[in-house]
Amino acid sequence: MNKTITLAHGNGGQENNELISKIFYKHFKNNILQKSEDSAVIEEGRLAFSTDSFTVSPLFFSGGDIGKLSICGTCNDLAMMGAKPKYLTCSVIIEEGFSTRELEKIVRSMKKELEINGAIVVSGDTKVVPKGAVDKLFINTTGIGEIEYSGISASNLKDDMSILVNRDIGSHGATIFSAREGIELESDLKTDCTSLYPQVKALIDSGIEIIAMRDATRGGVSAVLNEWAKASNVCIEVEEEQIPIQDSVRGICEMLGFEAMDLANEGTFVLAVPKSDEVKALEILRETHNTSSIIGRVSMEYKGKVILKSSWGTKRFLDLPTGELLPRIC
Amino acid sequence: MNPELKNLYDNFRDADTIKAYAKVISNDAKGLNRDINIMEVCGGHTHTIMKYGLLQLLPNNINFIHGPGCPVCIMPKERIDHAYILAMQSDVILVTLGDMIKVPSSRGSLQQARAEGADVRFVYSPLDCIKIAKDNPNKKIIFFAIGFETTTPMSAVLIEQVIKLQIPNILFHINHVTVPEVMRELIDSRDIHIDSYNNKIDAFLGPSHVSVIAGSKIYEEFPRKYNRPVVVSGFEPVDVMEGISMIVKQFTQNRSELEIQYKRVVDYDGNLKSQRIINKYFEKVSLFRWRGLGNVPDSGLRLKDEFNKYNAEVIYKDILPISQIEDHKLCICGDILRGMAKPPECTIFGTACTPINPIGSCMVSSEGACSAYYKYGNLI
Repeated sequence: MNKTITLAHGNGGQENNELISKIFYKHFKNNILQKSEDSAVIEEGRLAFSTDSFTVSPLFFSGGDIGKLSICGTCNDLAMMGAKPKYLTCSVIIEEGFSTRELEKIVRSMKKELEINGAIVVSGDTKVVPKGAVDKLFINTTGIGEIEYSGISASNLKDDMSILVNRDIGSHGATIFSAREGIELESDLKTDCTSLYPQVKALIDSGIEIIAMRDATRGGVSAVLNEWAKASNVCIEVEEEQIPIQDSVRGICEMLGFEAMDLANEGTFVLAVPKSDEVKALEILRETHNTSSIIGRVSMEYKGKVILKSSWGTKRFLDLPTGELLPRIC
Repeated sequence: MNPELKNLYDNFRDADTIKAYAKVISNDAKGLNRDINIMEVCGGHTHTIMKYGLLQLLPNNINFIHGPGCPVCIMPKERIDHAYILAMQSDVILVTLGDMIKVPSSRGSLQQARAEGADVRFVYSPLDCIKIAKDNPNKKIIFFAIGFETTTPMSAVLIEQVIKLQIPNILFHINHVTVPEVMRELIDSRDIHIDSYNNKIDAFLGPSHVSVIAGSKIYEEFPRKYNRPVVVSGFEPVDVMEGISMIVKQFTQNRSELEIQYKRVVDYDGNLKSQRIINKYFEKVSLFRWRGLGNVPDSGLRLKDEFNKYNAEVIYKDILPISQIEDHKLCICGDILRGMAKPPECTIFGTACTPINPIGSCMVSSEGACSAYYKYGNLI
């Protein structure tokens, strides 16, 4: 480990994993934590438990704000373990001088998102700190959900299973980046930030077998696929052509040298199902987004690795993102 | 998004076109009486070749030597130390391009300098320095300029603006380098510090963005004097495949010529206005040390003496060390850049030397050969 923490340690990729394992896991080590799932499964598998902090800059962006994000983020982590979000806590750290009107606007959008999830905030904390001690407003939410579908795990992927994404990828990262850099595009680009529980419920209700689910936040779809490949010791082969990417997101990637697969999302998840359920899963996902797609398949070719296959018959590794991607994306 | 913008890259990644070129190249390559080694000089080309898996489409008698055209990779450690030292000055804001962020100096990377309190900013356009300078009148803004002919005009425009607008607090640390001189060096290998090799380069895929500024004329000596064909090629996979096809055809037809594949942007003369502004502010340095390659005559640029008051290397000369810092003994980047070895042949490739902890120049930036092999694999 470096002597000092750099922004790369918060990238959701390789350096981030190093920070977590070499400092936090080292000291907090226990069986539940080390499963490294989106949320912890506790109380004999009945409850899911998760926390997330939000530092996004700017606070308001196309299609959302830090309030919406703070509810979606934690509720989605619960939903990804097959849980219905129920109870949340809400802690805010506010910089002195922050506008009360803006604060209320943010809290209102939190309330709206809680309603979509059918969850409530049952405890909270507020701290106000001197100017410069935080940048405007940071929010932490912690949530408990009731598990409705158990057995979801990143370690359960087997040969020939199918990998899907629920929608086109990368729009949150692209939106925040353009907002921050003042890139004005003539496009309708907005964040994908959304609560995923309704889509998860539809999948559960359909009776398909859900092997793994993960929302592709920091580190993007690349990070999810790499984590799954390693956790299950399998190879994930992705057909590049099948990865849905909006034109405006691709345009930003082209201009700035990003990979859409590395960009953060806040309402996009990756799903693994047995091959026999792939068509049905796709049908259900398409009820919400017509860009849902089966992007690849599990194989045993290069265990622990993700392979990207081009439409002209070549292939390459898709690695975990490294470096300082984009700090304060969520 | 504007549909025309999309056409700028979509058509040049068309699967059928790429496959068609692969077929043409394979057929033509049957007419070669020996293996040919093509050096793609530019890291951008290396990146395209590896990212799109183009090696997998080529016949066995066509090989690539991954060249030194990655401005971050070839920067010797002592110059990265300069960036680090300048950044750590309390009254300095160091501004540079994003590629520099994780490059390690002997003291640490700029990313680490920032974590230790240095004010380091990364910009897409050097002209962003002007706003930073105006917002921070009590700080010195040092633009750490890197890049080949492609980015040099932007640094020159910034100097011009600084003088014109009389901005008192912008200084420059210039690390611009030029392509033809290092190509010549790779063929001649005349550095006395490094054993002379018989280079294996048969032809060059010329970096086209360099030629957008400098024209294709800068490569004329290679087919003529050195009998090495040059095809100035674009960066999309279709461009690269067409460029390779044009090179192979030169061999089967016994030609050695300078050709342009990237005709939609490049011409013989290049951008004369850019060339004028570069010549106004910069002059050649007699020796510039390239990481992995050593001293290359006339390959670097410096600010002319008349602009010394803007030159951070002059102003801060007391704190900027000039002694050379060598790379790790086990690193074979020099051999890789000369085509004598491939990245996986290095004993520390992927073990001690990875993109997060790069030891040699070729692992430093995503455009370096080792980094591209590590990241994308070489899945033939």
